[in-house]
Amino acid sequence: MTAAWIAVLATAAGCYALKLAGLTVPQRILADQRVRRFAELVPVALLAALSAAQTVTNGQAFDFDPARLAGLGAAVVALVLRAPFLVVIIVAAATAAGLRAAGIS
Amino acid sequence: MSAQQTESATPPGREGAGSAGGGRFAARPPGPNRPPRPVRDGIGLGLAVGVSGVAFGAAAVSSGLTVWQACALSVLAFTGASQFALASVIASGGSLLAGTAGAILLGSRNTLYGLRLAEVVRPRRLLRLPAALGVIDETTAITLAQPDPASARKAFGATFCCLYVTWNLATLGGALGAGRIASPQAFGLDVVGPAAFLALIWPRLKSGRTERLVALAGVALALAMTSVLPVGVPVILAATAALGGALAPPAAQHSALPNAGEASATTAPPGLDSAAPDSTSPDNTSPGDPA
Repeated sequence: MTAAWIAVLATAAGCYALKLAGLTVPQRILADQRVRRFAELVPVALLAALSAAQTVTNGQAFDFDPARLAGLGAAVVALVLRAPFLVVIIVAAATAAGLRAAGIS
Repeated sequence: MSAQQTESATPPGREGAGSAGGGRFAARPPGPNRPPRPVRDGIGLGLAVGVSGVAFGAAAVSSGLTVWQACALSVLAFTGASQFALASVIASGGSLLAGTAGAILLGSRNTLYGLRLAEVVRPRRLLRLPAALGVIDETTAITLAQPDPASARKAFGATFCCLYVTWNLATLGGALGAGRIASPQAFGLDVVGPAAFLALIWPRLKSGRTERLVALAGVALALAMTSVLPVGVPVILAATAALGGALAPPAAQHSALPNAGEASATTAPPGLDSAAPDSTSPDNTSPGDPA
């Protein structure tokens, strides 16, 4: 078994264990109002951070790709216009793809 | 979002998953003759996000993993950000240990999601084992946006199944075609993730000042730490923003303190569910499907 396989399987096992831990933790932990509020806000903080990181970083460096930024900007416009979820995604991807096809970035 | 089409019985923006995307189970009028909303939403999201598995498969193989290693990650780990993180560390020549640690750390947010999902989905003992695999960003967002526990369970099942199958097939396709297709970027696939995550939290951002502050703080923390900490860690660190929001004085918080079952629809902000696809959307073709 190669080192890469060990990394792959260790990642898989670790990720699964973390997921299972969340499902099996005693529910009374959520009885505390602050814990509950924390659990509610976590997706907001993490998804926002994830969205930003995937947009403007590449590894440990910043990477301001014009087409990608424009794609996310288009998504924001679509969201403001109350477009359905899939439309938002398609508009974002199409904007980035279009700009790249036009030779930008 | 689609609120005007799918939630016509309630004033726009007045129904949904305000508290954490969940917890408030407002009554929803029975729908017309189509598949239940939760299932449609789940399948739509599953297809839309699942195709970005192509990007992962291609990235994994071009980073040096084999096709089977790429597929094993999608089948067994099934959490996109961690998978991408491992692939990117391998591609940049980082140590496998650091890559593995970063990927697992990045997966720790799923523990926090699981806390919330367990409360709503309540899988029985043995069902927890397969259900755990499905505890990820997208299933959490859709599930917590549902108006009642029954819909939540359906939404979780539909999103998980559809996303799992699509993600794995797409991974295989991307891995096999890595050398043949143009860069996934040419199809704008690199924007799918960021746009989807933003769309999923958008209703929450509109719902309360605390949510907006928490999101902004999370973004600021993650970006500030990008060049200092290993890949994946800054995003985890963003959870401390949620901690700040949770400890903030209740007065500063949005009125809807989460109380499963009794939060009022009248004060509820627009829900995550309005972020979900509706039956009138163009259909389930993937954004940038490299066909």
